[in-house]
Amino acid sequence: MPCQAPQERVSNFNEVALGYTEEQAIIEAKRCLQCKKPKCRDGCPVEVLIPEFIQAVADGDMATAAKQLKLKNALPAVCGRVCPQESQCESKCIVGIKSEPVAIGRLERFVADWEMAKEEAEEAKVADLDTVDGDQESESSATASPKKQKVAIIGAGPAGLSCAADLARFGYDVTVFEALHVAGGVLMYGIPEFRLPKAIVEKEIDSLRKLGVNLQVNMVGGKTFTVEDLQQKGYEAVFIGTGAGLPNFMGIPGENLCGVFAANEFLTRTNLMKGYDFPNFLTPVISGRKVAVLGAGNVAMDAARTALRLGAEEVSIVYRRSEKEMPARAEEIEHAHEEGVQFKVLTNPVEIVGDEQGWVKGMNCLRYELGEPDESGRRRPVPVEGSEFFMEVDSVIVAIGQGPNPLVTQSTAGLALNRKGTIQADEEGRTSLPGVFAGGDIVTGAATVILAMGAGKKSARAIDQYLQSKQS
Amino acid sequence: MYPIVKKIIHSPAVKEFEVYAPMVAEKAKAGQFFILRVSEKAERIPLTIADYNREQGTITTIIQELGASSTLFGQMEEGDHILDFVGPLGVPSEIERYDHPVVLVGGGIGIAPIFPIARDLKEAGNEVISIIGARNKELLIWEEKMASVSDQLIVCTDDGSYGRQGFVTDALKDLYEERGQLSALWAIGPMPMMRAITNVTRPWELKTIVSMNPLMMDGTGMCGACRVQVGSETKFACVDGPEFDGHLVDFDLAIKRLSIYKDQEKRALAVLEHKGGHCGCQ
Repeated sequence: MPCQAPQERVSNFNEVALGYTEEQAIIEAKRCLQCKKPKCRDGCPVEVLIPEFIQAVADGDMATAAKQLKLKNALPAVCGRVCPQESQCESKCIVGIKSEPVAIGRLERFVADWEMAKEEAEEAKVADLDTVDGDQESESSATASPKKQKVAIIGAGPAGLSCAADLARFGYDVTVFEALHVAGGVLMYGIPEFRLPKAIVEKEIDSLRKLGVNLQVNMVGGKTFTVEDLQQKGYEAVFIGTGAGLPNFMGIPGENLCGVFAANEFLTRTNLMKGYDFPNFLTPVISGRKVAVLGAGNVAMDAARTALRLGAEEVSIVYRRSEKEMPARAEEIEHAHEEGVQFKVLTNPVEIVGDEQGWVKGMNCLRYELGEPDESGRRRPVPVEGSEFFMEVDSVIVAIGQGPNPLVTQSTAGLALNRKGTIQADEEGRTSLPGVFAGGDIVTGAATVILAMGAGKKSARAIDQYLQSKQS
Repeated sequence: MYPIVKKIIHSPAVKEFEVYAPMVAEKAKAGQFFILRVSEKAERIPLTIADYNREQGTITTIIQELGASSTLFGQMEEGDHILDFVGPLGVPSEIERYDHPVVLVGGGIGIAPIFPIARDLKEAGNEVISIIGARNKELLIWEEKMASVSDQLIVCTDDGSYGRQGFVTDALKDLYEERGQLSALWAIGPMPMMRAITNVTRPWELKTIVSMNPLMMDGTGMCGACRVQVGSETKFACVDGPEFDGHLVDFDLAIKRLSIYKDQEKRALAVLEHKGGHCGCQ
């Protein structure tokens, strides 16, 4: 797929991967063997009708392809971009045994973008004619058929949005309550613009509004309202999709010095608050000159690549295992390498050191070697004795994982939690409280966008069953 | 959108706003805060709840114009709409009945958020002594409101232009000498003032609660911008606080952390002033 050249893209926040042209998409789609029992679909957490939509692309019938996609996936433009396809749909593709698997993610992205462009063109036409107001249109379609019961969704991230989309399709009166000032969750605050343009997320969420989903922002679950409040207001089922947004810190001396940021803060300032466009947008963000990013997951790669784009001279990923054990997607690690991020592996800080003004001036680090595999199956990093050394940096971004946000769980009496504060729920998202469902990172701990969407989808089915049995 | 239903100008930089935000007003309690974003390109800024009216659905706050964002807010008028208004956030003040008098110390615009705490403590049956101070008479706010919820009110100004001359710490030392036994103290104001108060009360072993006002962004615990060193622990002021045991807070670090974006804040203010006071959102 065509990409922006590394030396060019490190100085802008534009999307790195440029997407297929229609010709390229049709050529790729024709590589699909149209298996009778498509394995690719088993690899997709939201069960996208993969051969069906790809056949439509091969036929050049993009409108049908888009319809097929949207039947199962509420956010195809997002998923086509950020899913780890290499470990999901594409990992099961038969063509992939002897050659490259069919580029399902890129085709999904192409179709979703094609549909958005078409809708935009049509809306522009409508605006020119000045006949139909967009809002009226969505309202009329929202009230076309009488609604079934009211369902509340807490959290407008991938889990909540996919749950909401399916429930709206089933005919329920769905309201999503979001704490931030925009919907999207990690898609808006976490994943950077250069991987997932915010305008695309916004359009994709707008299409949910057209499905009749009611979105309310600035509503903090556990503070502005509680689960009990929702039940009293007549919501007959509640889905909790509040995610794992609470950043972990190292617990080492110096972690509160000026210049030490959680990746969440750094990325939210840049993405959600558009700090890269300061002072046109008023939220400041600083990357520092010599930046250490602690951790090696996708969030760490995002933070490192963001720091480069904000003008840092030297950005290092600091990780206590080796590159082989890094949890980030291979493509993200490769992009980071291409852009000049340095990888300081088998290294970890034991202390962050500050100057008299309270600013970071460096880290005392230890070198590590790999020992026996631990319970996660990865070789355990063991510090090398006497290997302590000083690494000069003026900014440290901590990306060592996130925990579940406790605001909703703490304020919900009787909701059973796991030891780490995640919600106890079965495969379909049923919690210990009748009528209360949960899914995504708040149940599994920090995972992927598509797994959260899959969980939202399963819960939507379980909620439908629950509400139907309640009525009869 | 959240309309401004009332604006009172106390002095050129100190302004009081009453904002219609019924969901926030419904749940608001003393000691909590909210976050607002005045317009599309503005920052999210945290402000402490100074008062609330559940019947009318309004929240009252007092701001001092210091940087670009507070200046943008300060320029808004009655009838204007705030784009985003989120809350109530943070843990409410713990209100109980104490054996001995409780002391409320408010400095500058910190007087406003100390008011609902004083009111609740008074309603809980406490003897409430309030000490309020400001740099000068012009910057002093809410004297009457504080008097209405206090058994004793001591007013001071740094320059002696009103009330007794001197800092709130001087007034507190005199009070302690006079009254001796005190049960608890709340202090809200600029961080150096709260640090000074904790230094005064430490040898007395008087329970001293401060309301920290660090940099914040989301206010819901997801970013850690607001983290505060409390004893040996890292706490997030937005979800664990904003109130903490003042004797355990590392104020020196907290004050340094307030200056992280100092240069950018100056730049943003300069840009704002250059544009003649308009944010340029249009």
